[in-house]
Amino acid sequence: MIKNGKIAVIGDKDSVLAFKAVGVETYIATSAFQANDLLHKLKDDCAVIFITEALAEQISDTLDKIKSYAYPAVIPLPGSGSGNGFGMRGLHRDVEKAIGADILFD
Amino acid sequence: MARLAVNPTRMELRRLKTRLATATRGHKLLKDKSDEMVRRFMELIRINKSLREEIEGEMAGALRSFMLARAVSRAEDIEQVLSMPKTEVTIETGTKNIMGVDVPDVKITMPAPEDLLPYALQSAPSDLDTAVVKLSGLMEKLLRLAEVEKTCNMLADEIEKNRRRVNALEYVMIPQLNETIKYILMKLDENERGNLIRLMKVKSMMESSES
Repeated sequence: MIKNGKIAVIGDKDSVLAFKAVGVETYIATSAFQANDLLHKLKDDCAVIFITEALAEQISDTLDKIKSYAYPAVIPLPGSGSGNGFGMRGLHRDVEKAIGADILFD
Repeated sequence: MARLAVNPTRMELRRLKTRLATATRGHKLLKDKSDEMVRRFMELIRINKSLREEIEGEMAGALRSFMLARAVSRAEDIEQVLSMPKTEVTIETGTKNIMGVDVPDVKITMPAPEDLLPYALQSAPSDLDTAVVKLSGLMEKLLRLAEVEKTCNMLADEIEKNRRRVNALEYVMIPQLNETIKYILMKLDENERGNLIRLMKVKSMMESSES
């Protein structure tokens, strides 16, 4: 067990600011490019990174690359404004990959 | 199915038979592993799904309160009161092993709920209080989700890889070995018969020359 893995949030200003009050490190990114940059910077010393779905969808290539190690866990969340279902789609993809058919969500 | 390019000798036959035994055993083991991983995966993905649904609902509520707070007071004020967080969620991270996959294992220490708000009550609208309280209540679930979702991700990858291995053994390696073993057996039998006939022929030639 490593103590004090950091938690970070990446997203647009509206979604991220609220997290600041709970003591999570927040990073503001307005474009996919910025988010990509931040992710690369944070991936070595953060254990959990939350990212808004809108940004996650744009940089899904980078997310796929980080997938194979236990840490960091990059989790897409719906930000302010309704989410676009990217997180749920990730689940669908996993089920399809593992079982071969989407049996969970019919 | 193509057979392997080997010499049809007894030694090669022995070698191939050992390989076939190993391959069959490996195939069985990998298949068992795959079954167990799928079982675990199904358990986890169900938890994952319900967690995510809950969180997506509650997140929207918390962020809505936050937006209301932002609407009624100045952006600088909000930023200022939130800029010095009083509490911090600490997590201990480790890994645990599920069927040979190292998956994350997170231990969460939540701060005491009473001293949550980092600002004086009169300095911000009450919607902000609601948002902060809701969100910090959500934090534990969020981290749980992170753990479970990452585990599912990694298991799905591993299951896919494992399935490729099982298929390669079942549909390529094992048939190939069987085919080659059969070929060597036939060839050896054929040689045996050829030898026998030759001996019989020689014997009959000797007998006819004697008489």
